[in-house]
Amino acid sequence: MADPSSLVFASIRELAGLLRRGEVTARELAEAHLRQIERVDPSVGAYLTVVADRALAQAGAADEQLRRLRQEPRSQTASSPSGLQSSAGGPELLLGIPWACKDVLCTAGVRTTCGSKMLEQFVPPYSATAVRRLDERGAVMLGKVNMDEFAMGSSTENSALGVTRNPWDLSRVPGGSSGGSAAAVAAGEAVFSLGSDTGGSVRLPAAYCGVVGLKPTYGSVSRYGLIAFASSLDQVGPLARTVEDAALVYEAIAGHDPLDSTSAPRPPEPVLRTLEEGVKGLRLGLSPDYFGEGLDGEVREAVMGAVRRLEREGAQIVEVRIPHLAYALPVYYIIAPSEASSNLARYDGVRYGLRVPGDDIVQQFSKTRREGFGPEVKRRIMLGTYALSAGYYEAFYLKAQKVRTLIRRDFEAAFARVDALITPVAPTVAFRMGEKVEDPLQMYLTDIYTLSVNLAGLPGVSVPCGFSSQGLPIGLQVIGPAFGEPQILRVARAVEETSGVRGARPRVAVGDAR
Amino acid sequence: MPAQATAQAQAAPSVPPGWEAVIGLEIHVELATESKIYCGCSTRFGAPPNTQVCPVCLGLPGSLPVLNEKAVEYAVRAGLALHCRIAPYAKFDRKNYFYPDLPKAYQISQYDLPLCRDGYLEVEVGGRTRRVGIIRVHLEEETGKLVHSTATIAGSRYSLVDYNRSGVPLIEIVTQPDLRTPEEARLFLEELRSVMQYLGVSDVKMEEGSLRCDANISLRRPGETRLGTKTEVKNINSLRAVERALRYEAYRQAAVLEDGGRIVQETRGWDEASGTTIPMRSKETVQDYRYFPEPDIPPLALDEAYVERVRQSLPELPAARRRRLMEQWQLPAYDAWVICQHPALAGFFEQAASRWKDGKTVSNWVMGEVLRILGASGEEPGVLAGRPEWVEHLVEVLRLVSAGRISANVGKEVLEESFKSGRAPEEIVRARGLEQVGDEAQLLAWVRQAIEANPDAVASYRAGKAQAAGFLVGQVMKLSKGKANPKTVGELMRRELGEPGTSSS
Ligand SMILES: [Zn+2]
Repeated sequence: MADPSSLVFASIRELAGLLRRGEVTARELAEAHLRQIERVDPSVGAYLTVVADRALAQAGAADEQLRRLRQEPRSQTASSPSGLQSSAGGPELLLGIPWACKDVLCTAGVRTTCGSKMLEQFVPPYSATAVRRLDERGAVMLGKVNMDEFAMGSSTENSALGVTRNPWDLSRVPGGSSGGSAAAVAAGEAVFSLGSDTGGSVRLPAAYCGVVGLKPTYGSVSRYGLIAFASSLDQVGPLARTVEDAALVYEAIAGHDPLDSTSAPRPPEPVLRTLEEGVKGLRLGLSPDYFGEGLDGEVREAVMGAVRRLEREGAQIVEVRIPHLAYALPVYYIIAPSEASSNLARYDGVRYGLRVPGDDIVQQFSKTRREGFGPEVKRRIMLGTYALSAGYYEAFYLKAQKVRTLIRRDFEAAFARVDALITPVAPTVAFRMGEKVEDPLQMYLTDIYTLSVNLAGLPGVSVPCGFSSQGLPIGLQVIGPAFGEPQILRVARAVEETSGVRGARPRVAVGDAR
Repeated sequence: MPAQATAQAQAAPSVPPGWEAVIGLEIHVELATESKIYCGCSTRFGAPPNTQVCPVCLGLPGSLPVLNEKAVEYAVRAGLALHCRIAPYAKFDRKNYFYPDLPKAYQISQYDLPLCRDGYLEVEVGGRTRRVGIIRVHLEEETGKLVHSTATIAGSRYSLVDYNRSGVPLIEIVTQPDLRTPEEARLFLEELRSVMQYLGVSDVKMEEGSLRCDANISLRRPGETRLGTKTEVKNINSLRAVERALRYEAYRQAAVLEDGGRIVQETRGWDEASGTTIPMRSKETVQDYRYFPEPDIPPLALDEAYVERVRQSLPELPAARRRRLMEQWQLPAYDAWVICQHPALAGFFEQAASRWKDGKTVSNWVMGEVLRILGASGEEPGVLAGRPEWVEHLVEVLRLVSAGRISANVGKEVLEESFKSGRAPEEIVRARGLEQVGDEAQLLAWVRQAIEANPDAVASYRAGKAQAAGFLVGQVMKLSKGKANPKTVGELMRRELGEPGTSSS
């Protein structure tokens, strides 16, 4: 059996090779990760629910399938460099791979809390399509990971159910709202994870935790079973330690779903095929709109350093403008809360989840909601309710939708000239816990570079491009046109290759856990 | 006394003298699709509570709606039949409010861009055709059903919810305030119900809630153009109740206004038991539904070709069929109206009539006997569609009657039996020996027996009361158990009795 500490930091392709060759079993792999969780999670706090028995059962089934695969007569004797049969396509590599699921995705028979007291005991009778697709590939779900309540927040400090810390510095936040998803992958507690991204919730924690996070094109991954925050912005996306792993998971979960009417009626974008093609000949856009006031110097330097390396690799750098970018934040903070106020109205204590009894039905509704929701969720419900109210609808919601169209057009114009845009992910590296909780506006500014991508429905990927002087990861964002996943992952792969940050591991995860 | 009061109210004009009523209707029609509007659950009526539910129609976290194309087609059918413009671009909106029967706390409905708008439906009122404007027809979902431990949710210790109905597709039809009397409102609703039946988009049963109606009514003096303050009447659960409720409300409003009072704009519930309307809740605080576009369902773009295909598939509607039947079979307007109320009844008539040339005779039998037999067994006219053999039975009975082999009365009896047993009328007549007796010797024996047994009748006939002969003929029919040929009996009777006395008394 392979060395356990290398098992929990290996890539999907490496692990798939070990599994196919029988050098490790899926059960051993799952056990290694469960041990890593036991060892580091008391300090990281990524998991809300660990489903060891279920994971071991899934691993057992995967081992059975792997055994059959090994016994099959080898029609094609040629093996790939990683020792795999060449017939094994990307998503098939997920067989037996342990992963962590953001607690916003419904998992049949496993409680799904959304980081809220409201759903603390909620056990859905069905699984999200993305989860089901991973189940079908034989991936092994280790458990459900922490998040900001109902995916609202940028630090995972809004979870009602636990604290998650940044594995690179336990005094700092992992980012949000998929903080648990990012921290688990960074700390070797899962090979990959799923998160959801409404305004940057996959990309920001990926950047803070030094992992890769992909927010796919709106409609390319089914939202069925994703507990809605803002329906027109939400998108499920993978977090992983390498770009290739993220691409692999994306291929497994993407594609039309008849259960989601907004799911794109087209076959999933093949991304692995072109991943290694490099950036030679690509036109990459840089917009001064992303490099203005508020951007930390070290972050700017790290991003620009990566851009210079891409240029050396043969990319052409072009200046483009996103003139309405400045309005993205206010527009986002009208549309997202508006949709949220409606999406979260169903939590009334009638059918499932928390119920706080009252003297009559109205009192039961209001007591349940008063006790069940945390302050950030309440703040956004109030904002959204106000923005949709008669008399304010035109001034706020409708106007925001119009500006949203202008932002979308800005991007369309930019992508007429370039293949992808390069921007920072966040203005700074991971901040200290508690630093911004008292100041929601400061917190909202964290997402300033990511949320326009959701407003425009575009794909964006966050990839590590360097470290700050304090040793904290810095992320770079590649944005593409709709369904431009192949080129943004290609660019991200080149950044990963040239930045030399791949393979860096937080001390907490490898050394003694504090 | 109450009976007398009711009779008086019935006799009184449906709108109080000196006033004009302005009435508009909001009608909900449940569509008869197999599955619900946003999921695949069955819509079958009457299943045990909460057995036809899934994450989508329960509004569970993470579930998403997928629009049922059949529901869209049905709504377009309804819209076209109501002469509406079909929107090339329609969208869905969320109507947000809290209620335990509403699992998502919003209803996916249509707000500013409904599927169909600006139509009309024509109704025959007292021989005149009235055109009632349709403002809009939109598609939405049904809520669940609450069962309270006591009469209302407020006083209940607990309430149970059945979500089987949650997500059943509905269309809401909103009329212009073009109706002027409670009777017109009922006739309009009857016509609308017929149209929906013809289209096959709903079973439109008010008792099962698949057709529901709310009505707005206000009064004004004839000649006034301004609208008075209106009230909205809810819980109207039968066609008869529409007229009764509006009549009650018209008289109530008139009494308030004539006393110098003001009408309060409010929602009132129709109470069938007491025959009155009672205030439900004040409309002074208008509920803010915070409508906004449904982000989970992409807007609907219906191209011209699609709408045209649906238009081509529309059946002949009641009004057109009435006109055709009147012309084709020389039916009186009343007959055509009765027969065309239900498509299955009209179909039945036409099949029978085409085998029996004389339309009026067929119409008499359909309106009289066929509807009576259905009514007696508690069946809807819809069952006729599945009984092609009944057409044969009716035609055979008509043949037997017209050939004089059975009397009309025996024919009615035979028809009912053949409907029930499935046996052919000819067979029934033969088996039960119902064939008319034309044998003069036998008939004469009965005639003489009748004369002998009824000397009084004979005396009054002879005294000049010609109708006494009818009585005697009736006695003969009785003696023959209906089998005697009444025409021959009449002739024999006159022959035996001689001409009635001409002396007047
Ligand atoms: Zn359902």
